[in-house]
Formats: sequence, structure tokens, C-alpha cells
Amino acid sequence: MPKKNLKRLDLIFKNELDGEQILEKTIKRSKQDIINDLIISGLKGRGGAGYPTGLKWKLAGESEGDMKYVICNADEGEPGTFKDREILTQVPMKVLIGMAVCAKVIGAHQGFIYLRGEYKFLLDNLNEVIDDFHVLLNKIGFDFRVKVFLGSGAYICGEESALFESMEGHRGEPRNKPPYPTQSGYRKMPTVINNVETLAHTYSIFKYGPDKFKDLGVQDSRGSKVFSVSGDTPTPGIYELEFGMSLQKFVEDFGDGDAKAVQVGGASGFCVPRKKFGRTVIGYQGKLTGESLPTGGSMMIFNSSRSMYNVLHNYLEFFVEESCGQCTPCRVGTQQLLLGIEAVKRGERPSEYLDKLLKLAENMRVTAKCGLGQSVANSFSSIVENFKEEMIY
Amino acid sequence: MSKINLVIDHIQVSVESGSTILEAAKKMNIKIPTLCHHEDLCVAGNCRVCMVEQVGSDRLLPSCATPAAEGMEILTNSLKVRNARKSVIELLVSEHRAECTRCYKNGTCELQHLSSEYLIGEDSLIDLVPLKEFTIDYFSPSIIKDDSKCIRCQRCVRSCDQLQNIGALSVAYKGQKMKIASFFEKPMYEVVCTNCGQCVNRCPTGALIERNYIDEVWSAINDPQKHLVVQTAPAVRIALGEALGMEPGKIVTGKMVAALRRLGFDSVLDTDFSADLTIIEEGNELLQRLKGALVDKDPNVKLPMTTSCSPGWIKYIEHMYPQLLGNVSTAKSPQQMFGALAKTYYANKINVEPENMVSVSVMPCTAKKYEANRPEMHSSGYKDVDLVLTTRELARMIQQAGIDFLALENEEYDSIMGMSTGAAVIFGATGGVMEAALRTAYEVVTGRDVPFDGLNILPVRGMEEVKEASIKIENPLPAWAFLDGVELKTCVAHGLANAKKVMDRVVKGEANYHFIEIMACPGGCLGGGGQPIPTNKEIREKRTRAIYEEDAGKPIRKSHENPEVIKIYDEFLVKPLGHKSHELLHTSYTERNRY
Ligand SMILES: Cc1cc2nc3c(=O)[nH]c(=O)nc-3n(C[C@H](O)[C@H](O)[C@H](O)COP(=O)(O)O)c2cc1C
Ligand code: SF4
Ligand code: SF4
Ligand code: SF4
Ligand code: SF4
Ligand code: FES
Repeated sequence: MPKKNLKRLDLIFKNELDGEQILEKTIKRSKQDIINDLIISGLKGRGGAGYPTGLKWKLAGESEGDMKYVICNADEGEPGTFKDREILTQVPMKVLIGMAVCAKVIGAHQGFIYLRGEYKFLLDNLNEVIDDFHVLLNKIGFDFRVKVFLGSGAYICGEESALFESMEGHRGEPRNKPPYPTQSGYRKMPTVINNVETLAHTYSIFKYGPDKFKDLGVQDSRGSKVFSVSGDTPTPGIYELEFGMSLQKFVEDFGDGDAKAVQVGGASGFCVPRKKFGRTVIGYQGKLTGESLPTGGSMMIFNSSRSMYNVLHNYLEFFVEESCGQCTPCRVGTQQLLLGIEAVKRGERPSEYLDKLLKLAENMRVTAKCGLGQSVANSFSSIVENFKEEMIY
Repeated sequence: MSKINLVIDHIQVSVESGSTILEAAKKMNIKIPTLCHHEDLCVAGNCRVCMVEQVGSDRLLPSCATPAAEGMEILTNSLKVRNARKSVIELLVSEHRAECTRCYKNGTCELQHLSSEYLIGEDSLIDLVPLKEFTIDYFSPSIIKDDSKCIRCQRCVRSCDQLQNIGALSVAYKGQKMKIASFFEKPMYEVVCTNCGQCVNRCPTGALIERNYIDEVWSAINDPQKHLVVQTAPAVRIALGEALGMEPGKIVTGKMVAALRRLGFDSVLDTDFSADLTIIEEGNELLQRLKGALVDKDPNVKLPMTTSCSPGWIKYIEHMYPQLLGNVSTAKSPQQMFGALAKTYYANKINVEPENMVSVSVMPCTAKKYEANRPEMHSSGYKDVDLVLTTRELARMIQQAGIDFLALENEEYDSIMGMSTGAAVIFGATGGVMEAALRTAYEVVTGRDVPFDGLNILPVRGMEEVKEASIKIENPLPAWAFLDGVELKTCVAHGLANAKKVMDRVVKGEANYHFIEIMACPGGCLGGGGQPIPTNKEIREKRTRAIYEEDAGKPIRKSHENPEVIKIYDEFLVKPLGHKSHELLHTSYTERNRY
């Protein structure tokens, strides 16, 4: 039986029946108060990048635009994550209320849920909830509408600016930043785009106040987080845990006793070897040192039967396919990394070639246009550096 | 405009807000390498070669896509920057069929230049080329597209979309398969492509190039049986120098003529002559249409009439507005008028059998190559124009021949069909055809000079996207009495994106013009796809100035006063729109698919 170091929480998935009251109460408050609550709560985006949600709403509120938009990012394309699907199935109203309050704060009247193409089966149910939600909005006299936009299956379309491009009917290619979405997002108008889970959390903050949320987690990583646990674990699934947890404790709770590595944050995240479990915290503790790892929620456990070469090979194949292809470092760099580790493995290139590839990965990190190309180095370098022998022999 | 202060390479600089880091650096004469950036196009930020370091920030910034911000501290040449740039260039080369010694762009290629600057060595990455399949499309008479040389900078895509609003090229697939493709990856000559060459002019590598006819021309020159006639378009003389080491904006007519003789052309003649002829034919056609509409009230007369001298525009309207083909003047382009006359009138004059004549043209344009190959362009009984060279190809031939262009003494065109007027010269600039036509038409109708100071019709000049001008006709000659008091309304557009704006209004019946000038390329022919690279706003402006300078300096500035034009009507054509004209100087158009 797995140990229980970590407290299981039930904030997100708890079905609350007071949505109407919470919404009515919250949108009567001043924008400033709502933003303050979010800032005090310490909520950071759960889509991966961890941008402070209160600040995002504040900036979009201050931007000028004829129209403003609120978009819920439900593209959930990272391999090994399925938490947003679960949230939208179980507690969609929380997400919608989060969107409505955001609309109030920034002055938007139109919202969208960008739903991953593969989640089409959620559509009917979601549209029914949205109908109810519109009735509720009419009742309290708040002018806001939400539409579902069905994505077409490219991983890159989860990146916010590629998502806007795709909604505008263009090819899903990330844009240059700045400008950021809060200044120029969907249709070049100020836009707040938040992950499904982020929006669901705002609901809890509105209901229970910012302090209750802040009491969970540790400094810089507040609240709870929904994790998708997979790989070599006897208990795969979705778990809501306190943020800022130690990886050691996590592995004790969820591993099969033989974990040699955990991939935190999916293909674009970091691989932590066993010897570093004890030093690693899951969250945003200060600067990213490799000892504090953010994650969109994917936790993949590998035991000693796994070849880390194969793991990396899989990730690289994924990136070679899913790169949008527009920028050089990512389009060509991913191919070079993949072919490079193959060549070393086959003995066609010397093991020192891995050093050249590590430099290449680092250059990709600092030059690629969007998060996809920038983060290939995360898994590449952490796997190659920690499991070098497995790459060569 | 508010100012932004920043520090680049430890030096303080102040730039207008909205400037990019690249622009700020340029102001300080710091050159940052670029590939996807082009002044004429929107920012792409996809090649990642222009990266710079912002002190205190971890990731590098693309200088072409990042606005300068107050207090920024930028390093353009730190080790981190150099490593990153070199890495990007290495990656591009690894994906590239780099065989420079056999490449048309050898010596003028931006990727090659950067590889040499950054000393890209052999020890680098895995060669990806053998692992991929590439398409090379060499079926078009104008443009060759070789995907194995493409660095996916999307300059071509943006040129076709933003300047021309056509979208003949777009990005297809993602990841490693991402490529630049035409509609359904069909050959360029089968899709809605106007052959304008704006994409070719902006492609940094050998992936999009003009189909060159240099060797064919050399063979013809060296064939003792053949009499080589060459014509040079108005816009070539003000740009050729750039491709031979001169500053933009220099007029090199005399040197060009001298060089062409040295290359071995037997008759060096001027497209400007047939440009003057175009004005006579097209001007009379306009007056005839006005008469048909105003006097005869003939419902079949189509107005507004549009110009027809830009073959990119012709192909465009054939695809996009076939219902308006009746509005296009039936007058051929100056190139094709010239070709038809060369193998008839001129051949006869110099006693050469037309089958022994090879007619070559030098054009600022890649679409002219397609035009010369249209099946209907055989009015002389032969192919009217055999071979079309761009300005760039002529420059290359001059280099091949070892001619020191700068040292050449000026020479004059041969006569006949070598004389021209200022009106013909300005054909090379947007608004030029309109101005030339108005100078003539107004005088034909009233017997007086067009009422603009010094014949300079300023409202149709300049780089504004769509220009309008009107002239009220007063006290016409008796034959034109029906035009008394008529306000002649004209419109000028350059670049097909602007043409579309005008034509959409024509379709909706919202454009009450009589005459519309359209040039497919931005700035007119002086910005043509066959002109020296680079071509950009600043350079187009310099070329424009040179053109109007040449016009102002010409002794004759009205097409109908060209003595050789007067003579050809006396001796051969008899009268404008006459029987001979119809046979040789007018054409018809073909409806084409919209996709
Ligand atoms: C390649 C790539 C894919 C992404 N996919 C998603 C996704 O599926 N869902 C998501 O919420 N955010 C995704 N993001 C992050 C978004 O760009 C954006 O940061 C996020 O939606 C912001 O919401 P948050 O502040 O609530 O986290 C992705 C980013 C990148 C670079
Ligand atoms: S990093 Fe990759 S996914 Fe992102 S813009 Fe560049 S090519 Fe596209
Ligand atoms: S495109 Fe440039 S780099 Fe490529 S082969 Fe030609 S000259 Fe060389
Ligand atoms: S030649 Fe002109 S129309 Fe054809 S693809 Fe290039 S830019 Fe587009
Ligand atoms: S064809 Fe030329 S301009 Fe177009 S993407 Fe390729 S290299 Fe760039
Ligand atoms: S020139 Fe700046 S990214 Fe290409």
C-alpha cells in the first residue's frame, strides 16, 4: 500500500452548489478588491509558465482596447496530462464563473473556451452548462457570453499566441512577444488567457477568501495543484496535492519502490534522477535552479527497468513532429538532437558529440521563439546529463 | 514622437518610440545579421539569426522583432550572442543543400554570406539533406522554386501576401516537414501566380530565382547567322548600376547602351520608343471609349479603362476579375509592341530576314518572361520577343564579359526605334503611364499643354498606395466638343494588394473613374521583381528620383512628339488603332481559374 506523506486535497473537484451566489457576490465587488485578493492568494497560472494570475488580470484591465476577451485554455496537449479534462467534466461551472469575474475585472463581454479537438466528446455537456450559465448571467444582468472553440489537434496551439492565431483562422504559429496577450491577444485586443485549472482555483479564492488558499503550499508556490500521475506507479490518476511538495515524499507516496527518475512537467519539463529527489521541490521556489520545478501537472515516474534513452527518444520524436516549424532553432534543432543521440548510440559519432548537442540545446533554449523550442533543453539536458551512460551504451 | 533611451554595446542611443532594437543598432552603424527580416515586410522573427543579449536577462532577444525599451542595455556581439548566431546558421546549413559552386545565387546569397562570416566549418552537425525529399519546380518560364535551398524565412510568403495580396505561396505542414508550398503543391505555372517576382526579389537564397536565359542569349550572340536586337525597358537604366557596384539612384543609360554593344548586340534599341507608341495607341483607345460612351451611348463600351503594360497585372486580372477583362486596354505592353515591330517594320528597314533576327529584351520584371511566351505573342509571324533578361541577368552578363562598366563612355541608342521622350521614361514609375497619357490625351483633345506646371502632373506621382487625379477639359478642339466640361477622372495603384482595393470598388460600381493605371509591383516597374537585390522603400525612392530627373532633362517630353513615332505612323502604321495597329500592337486576354 502506498504511504501517505502528502495530504490529499479536495478543493477543485468539490461540487459547490452556490455558484450563483458566489458570482453575484463577487462581481459586485470592486475590480481592485478582486485583483488584490488574487494577488494576496499567490495564485500562479497552472498552464505551465506560472505567471501570477492577479497581475495578468490587472494588466489586461489597464490595457486599452475596443474589445477585450477572456479565454480559457483547455487545449491540454502535454503528453501525460489529463487534469483539465477532468475539471471541465466535473466542475465546469467553477471555470465559467472564474471567466465571468475576469470579464468583469478587465471589461470583457466575450469569452471562449479553446477545447482540445480530442475532447470533442465533452462538447455537448459543456454547451449545456454554458446555456445554464448564460441564464444565470441574464438573471443577474451581467453582459457576458462564452463560446466553445474546438481546436484541431496541434500541440503548439496550446501556446497562447498560436492559439489566438488558430482562433483567427490562421496557421497555428506563435507570435513574437512583446506584445503580450494582455496588451494584444485574440484579434489583437487585450486578452486574458488562463488555464482551466487556474480559473477553477479563482472560484475557491472568491468563495473562501485569499488566505485560505495562501495557507496551502509554501512561499512562492501557493495553493493546491492537480497532478496527473502516470508511469511506473501502482496508483496512476489525478490527485490534488499541496503545492511546493518535496519530490522525495511524492515518490514515496506514488512510486512503486523502484523509481529511478521522475519527469516533472511532461516532455517539456525536467527529469529528476533518484539522487536528487530529496532536494527537489515541486513549485516556483525562487529562481529555477533545477531544484524547484514548475509543472503543468504531469508527473511521470520511471523505475529501473526503463531506458532513459528511449524516454528521451520519445520526447524528441514528439518535438520533431509538434514544432510548428517556423523558427530555425526549434525546427532544425529538434531534428539534430534526435538524430544526434541516435548517431551516438549507434557509435557513428563519438560520445563527445553529446557535449555539442548539450550546447545546441542550450542555444535553442535562449534563441527559440516560443516555449516549445525553449523548453526542449529541459528534458534533453536533464536526461543526458543525469543518464549519460544510458545514452552511449 | 517620444524618444526612448537605451544603451547598445555600452553606447547611449536615443531612438523614436516604436523602433526595434535592430533599427536602433542600425542608427549607430552596428550591423546585426538578419535573414527573415525585410524592410518591405511585416516582422516575422522566425530565423533567429538577429539575436542580441539584454544584460540581466537569460534568453536572447530577436532584435528585428523586439521594440527598444527605455533603459535597455543591449549587447550585440557578446560571446553568448555569437555562439547563438553561429548555432542558428549551422542549423540552417545542416538543412540546406549547400552546393554553392553550382548555385545561381553563388556570391549574392545571404545564407552563404553569413556562413562565410561566421566560419561555419565541416565538423558541424548531421547533414539532414539526404534524409529528405525536395521538390524542384523548373516548369515556369519565369520562376524556379527549389525547396532544397529554402531556409523557411517566409519572406516570399509575406511578399506575396502583403505586397500582392495573392497568397500563391504559403506555409504547409509542421515540424520537420514544414515547407513553403503553392496551392496543393502544384507547379508555379499552374497556380494563381502572376510571375511578378516580388518573392524572388526578396528570397535571401537560391530557393526562388528567376529562370535565366543568359546562356541562350550568349549562344544567339555568337551565332553568325543571327541579327541580335535588344530593347531596354525604362526602369532598367536607373537600377542597373546598383547591380554593378554603384549607388542606387544613378542613371546609366549611356553606359548600358555601350555595354550592350560590347556584349555583341547588333541593334541596341529602346523599349521607351514603344512606350511612346503605347501612349498613342492606348490614349486613342481611351478617347474612342469616351466617345462611345458619351456620344454614341454604346452600352458595350467598358469604362473605366485600365492600363495593360504590366504583365503581372494582366495575369492577375485574368485570374481574379475575368469579368472585367473588357475594361483592360487592348494595347500590348511596350515589350510586346516592340517585339512585333522588330520582326516586321525594323527587320524590313535594316534588310534582315525576320527568321534570322533574335529579339531580346532587358526588363525589370520576371513576368515579362512569361508574357513573351504567351502563345498569342506571335503577331510578326514569329515569336515576337525571343528571350527576356532581367536587369540582374544583364548585370551578370556584363560581369561575365569582363567589361569595366564604370569606365564605359556613354553611347547613344541606334536609330530607328531608339528614340524616346520623357513621357516614356516615366513609364518606369508608378503614375508614369498615367502622366504620359494625360500629357498626350489632353493635348490631342484641346491642342494645349496639360495644365500642370512644367508638364509635371504631381498628383499621380509618389508612393501613396492609391492615387487619384482629375482634369477638367475646357475648350476642346471641335472634333472633341463632346468632352467640353468633362472632368477626366483617373486613378493609379501599384502593387497588386492596392490594385485589389481599386478593382473591388470597380466591381461594386463605386469607382467612377475613366482611366486606371495599375502596375503589379510596388513603386511600379522600378520596383520590379527582376530589379537588383535589395529593393526596398528607400531604394525605390532613389530610383524614382532618378526617373523624374531623366524625364526633366529630356528635350522632348510628350509621346506624340517623338519623331520616330510620328515617322512610323507615316511610313507603316498609318494611324492609331488602324488596321496594322490592330494586327501588331493590340491583343486579347484569357479568362483563368481563380484557384
Ligand atoms: C508549446 C506550448 C503548449 C502549451 N499548451 C498549453 C495547454 O495545453 N494548456 C494550457 O493551459 N497552457 C498551455 N501552454 C501555456 C500557455 O501558453 C499559457 O501560458 C497559459 O495558457 C496561460 O495560462 P495560466 O497563466 O493560467 O497558466 C502551452 C505553452 C506552450 C509553449
Ligand atoms: S519554438 Fe518551435 S513551436 Fe515555437 S515558434 Fe519556434 S518552431 Fe514554432
Ligand atoms: S542558396 Fe546560397 S548557400 Fe545555398 S547553395 Fe546557393 S549560394 Fe550556396
Ligand atoms: S511571383 Fe508574385 S504572385 Fe507569384 S508567388 Fe511570387 S509574389 Fe506571388
Ligand atoms: S523560398 Fe526563399 S524567401 Fe521563401 S522561405 Fe524559402 S528561403 Fe525564404
Ligand atoms: S531577422 Fe530577426 S528573427 Fe530573422
